[in-house]
This record gives sequence, structure tokens and C-alpha cells, in this order.
Amino acid sequence: MTMQNIISLFEYQFFQNALMAAILTSALAALVGTYIVSRKVVFISGGITHASFGGIGMAYFFGLNPFLGAVVFAIGASLGIEWISTKGKMREDSAIAILWSLGMALGIIFVFLTPGYTPNLMSFLFGSILSVGKADIVVLAVVLVVTSLFFIIFYRPVVDTAFDPEFARTRGIPVTFIRNSMAILVAVAIVLSIRVMGIILVLSIFTIPQNTALLFYGKFSGIIKGSVLFGISGSILGLIAASAFDIPGSAAIIFMLTLQFLISKGVALIQKR
Amino acid sequence: MSKPLVSIQNLTAGYNGTPVLKNVNLDIHPKDFLGVIGPNGGGKTTLSKVLLGILNPFSGQVSFPSGRPNIGYLPQVSQIDHSFPVTVKEVILSGMARPKTWWKPLKKEHKEKADYLINKTGLSGLGNRPVGQLSGGQFQRALLARAIINEPQLLVLDEPDTFVDRSFEGELYTLLEELNKTMAIFLISHDIGTISSLVKTIACVNGTLHYHPSNVLTADVLKVYNCPIDLIAHGPVPHRVLKDHE
Repeated sequence: MTMQNIISLFEYQFFQNALMAAILTSALAALVGTYIVSRKVVFISGGITHASFGGIGMAYFFGLNPFLGAVVFAIGASLGIEWISTKGKMREDSAIAILWSLGMALGIIFVFLTPGYTPNLMSFLFGSILSVGKADIVVLAVVLVVTSLFFIIFYRPVVDTAFDPEFARTRGIPVTFIRNSMAILVAVAIVLSIRVMGIILVLSIFTIPQNTALLFYGKFSGIIKGSVLFGISGSILGLIAASAFDIPGSAAIIFMLTLQFLISKGVALIQKR
Repeated sequence: MSKPLVSIQNLTAGYNGTPVLKNVNLDIHPKDFLGVIGPNGGGKTTLSKVLLGILNPFSGQVSFPSGRPNIGYLPQVSQIDHSFPVTVKEVILSGMARPKTWWKPLKKEHKEKADYLINKTGLSGLGNRPVGQLSGGQFQRALLARAIINEPQLLVLDEPDTFVDRSFEGELYTLLEELNKTMAIFLISHDIGTISSLVKTIACVNGTLHYHPSNVLTADVLKVYNCPIDLIAHGPVPHRVLKDHE
């Protein structure tokens, strides 16, 4: 594919939409992903992601918007895990694994029970960034604005609560409110990102750019900035590669994000010497 | 005798329905320096959590005769994620949050206080360093600065001697003695040497609490209080040891 062809891609509506979706999703994942990675709760996010498939299946069965089902299940799983971790009545990692599997199982059962052909099942699993429409972009933009506002207003309490929730509690910070709010924002961000990346691969945009940023930045706000940068660049490069070589967008994006990480790791190692 | 800062009466507390502490009574006065000793699982940390208001007791009363005091807290360092992406200054400033103003932005004087404490705790030049790049001892010092930045009336320290750099240990104890001029201190320690050389009074916590109104301990006293802890002292030389007993 020539440079000419690559530039001409940008003229197509589908590519512009995909680009917009990738940029918005990267920004959203930068905020939420920094929180997930810093708190070392990536496994929890995996549980939420797969649990949401239960909602997708049930929504299909009842003729509702599958993303609505996904959001309800994701928020339920996220708040449920938050509750389990504070009450400590069961092994947290086992609880996550159970929710993870149960969600997937419910999704599979309901999809199976739904009469007729279930459209877009593959797109839920692997993403469908190249078929993103205006409505998806508007929803992404609104959620990004809401999430950004929450981070701007409550930045220090969010970081303080993530770093040392027990101490934050002694200082009178409403830790439960902050953690539950973040649990909801994480769930919503994950479900929206499923559009771009698919359930199987969505965790990548919440972890790879953040770990790349960690090579260069030591503080929370720096990692957010770095994640936005690396997330957007990886997504754009991935989209170009996907269009050029006719390969799935999500996989191409992950490949580029990982390449970025490896190059950055190399640069960081050289800088140390 | 001045009014106590905190008055605990008939306190029973624990986790998941199981009491760890039963019928604990304790008054903490403004200039107290209380050493809290006892075996693992005996309830020292549980007591500190009730004091800090982060654990609700099963029964009993915790009252504040002069109004709820500002309480500073240095938790066990091992419980906190050393690799979390946050700088020394940010950690210290997180101690400025208070119940009614936690959501308000920080002011210039708060940041100046943090700078002052960074120097005071021997962390000069490390303010913008991520805590992951600090040694265990330096990290603990940042957490201590966090505990005192809000000028508390009562400072709760949970085993500060576990992580402290040997080189800073003497300075830590000097700092605590200085802080005791303006605040009460509740110090949980496994190190009997720390206890006897620093504190004014001792509490043995082992399911219940025995108050010892001096800092001199003998093996008999520990036996009476059912406080099965080692009498072997360790720490920097020179340092005070226990009083001889026959």
C-alpha cells in the first residue's frame, strides 16, 4: 500500500469515524486504564469485561439493545466485586473468576436460545471499529466528558483512595463513594471500548499504553498523559495497518501498541546506561 | 489532670463477628506518649483502627470530651503499595485532607508545609520522586510526614520501628520526642527497647488491655499482664535497657 493510498483512506467516512472512535476510546482508556493499572486490578477488569457478555446475550434474547445489557451487567459485576473486596467474605480472585465465567456462560446460553441469526456476535468478541457510526461517537464523547469531569473534580481523592484507602478513610474522604463511582466509570468505559476492541481484546487498551507510559512517567497524571499519547498513536497506526492489509482492526491496534511498548522499553533501557 | 483527648470504655471490637478485643478501657491525655505492646493477633492494630474511626466496635464507647481530635496515622508500611505511581510530595499532601474539605483544592501554604516536612524528615530533593524509587526507610519517612502535616492532636504509629533505616532511627525517636511536646502519641511496637526508652506509659494489649503508668517493665509485670513478648531489646547502641530486677 502506497503513501497515496494511506492518505486517501482519511477521505472515507468509515475511516474518519473509526479514527474518531479510536481517539475517543484511547482517551477514555487512558483515564480509566491508569486507575486500573495503578491499583493492580487488571484481573478485575477482565472479569467485568467477560461478565458483560451475559448482558449482551440476555439483551438479544429479550430484543433489547445489546450494549444496554452489557452496561447493566458490567456495572453490576464491577460494583459486586467492589463489595466483595471490602467485605472480604470470600476469596476475591475466585469471585472474579466465577463472575467472569458465569457472565460468558449466560451470554452463550441466551444467544443460543435466541431464535434466528444473532447479528454481530463476532463483532462483540473481536470489535468492529470499522463499522462505527455517528451515534457511537456521540456516546463515546459524552462518556469521555463525564469521566474527565469526575477526574478533574475528584482527582486527588481518587488518587489518594487508590493509593491508601485505609488512610484516606481516616482523613474523612468518602472512600466508598469514590470507589463505587470509579467502579461504575470503569464498567462503562470497558463496555464502550468493546465496540472498538471486542471483549477478547479490550483489556489491551487499558494496560499496554499505561505500561508504556510507566516507563517514562512516575506519577498518576503523567501516566494519563502518556497513555493518551501512546493510545492514540497506537490506534491510528493500527487502523492504517488494518485498512492497508485487510486484517481485524482490534488485532492490528494491539500489535502496534505492543510494538510501541517494546520500542519504548528499549529506549528506556538505553537511557539508563 | 486535664480532660482526656479520647476516652474508651468497655470496648469490644473485632472482625466478621469475632471479637479480638474485649472490655477495653483507656484514656489518652494531651501529652501522653503511650507504648502499646502485645503478641500478634492480640488486638493492638484493632484498637488503633477503632481510635482512628475506621472500625466500628461491637459494643462500648469511644468518646472525645473536648470534641473529636485531629488524629494522624502512620500505618504499617508493608501494607501499602510502594510501587504506586505517586510522588513523595503527593503522598505527604494527601495528609492534608479533612472530613469537610477533602474535595477542595490545596493552597500554597499546604504545599509549603509539605516542603518543610520533606526537609525535616531528611527527604530533601526527593519531593518529586515517585515513591517506588525510595528505599523502605525513605518511604516510611514520607508516610510519617503525611501523618503529621495536618498537625494532629494525637499521632497513631503502627510499628514504625519495623522499616526504619538504622541511620534514621535515632532521628525518628528524637522527632517523636519533639512531636510529643505538641501532640499525644500512641505507638504500637514490637521492640521493647523502643518502648522503654521513648514512651512515658505502656499498655499491654492481648485480648484485653492492661495499663502500666510508667515505662519501666519487668518480666513479672509482663507476666501479670499476660503479655507474652520478648524482653530482648534491640536497637542502636547506646540505648536504654530495662531496669534490673531481682
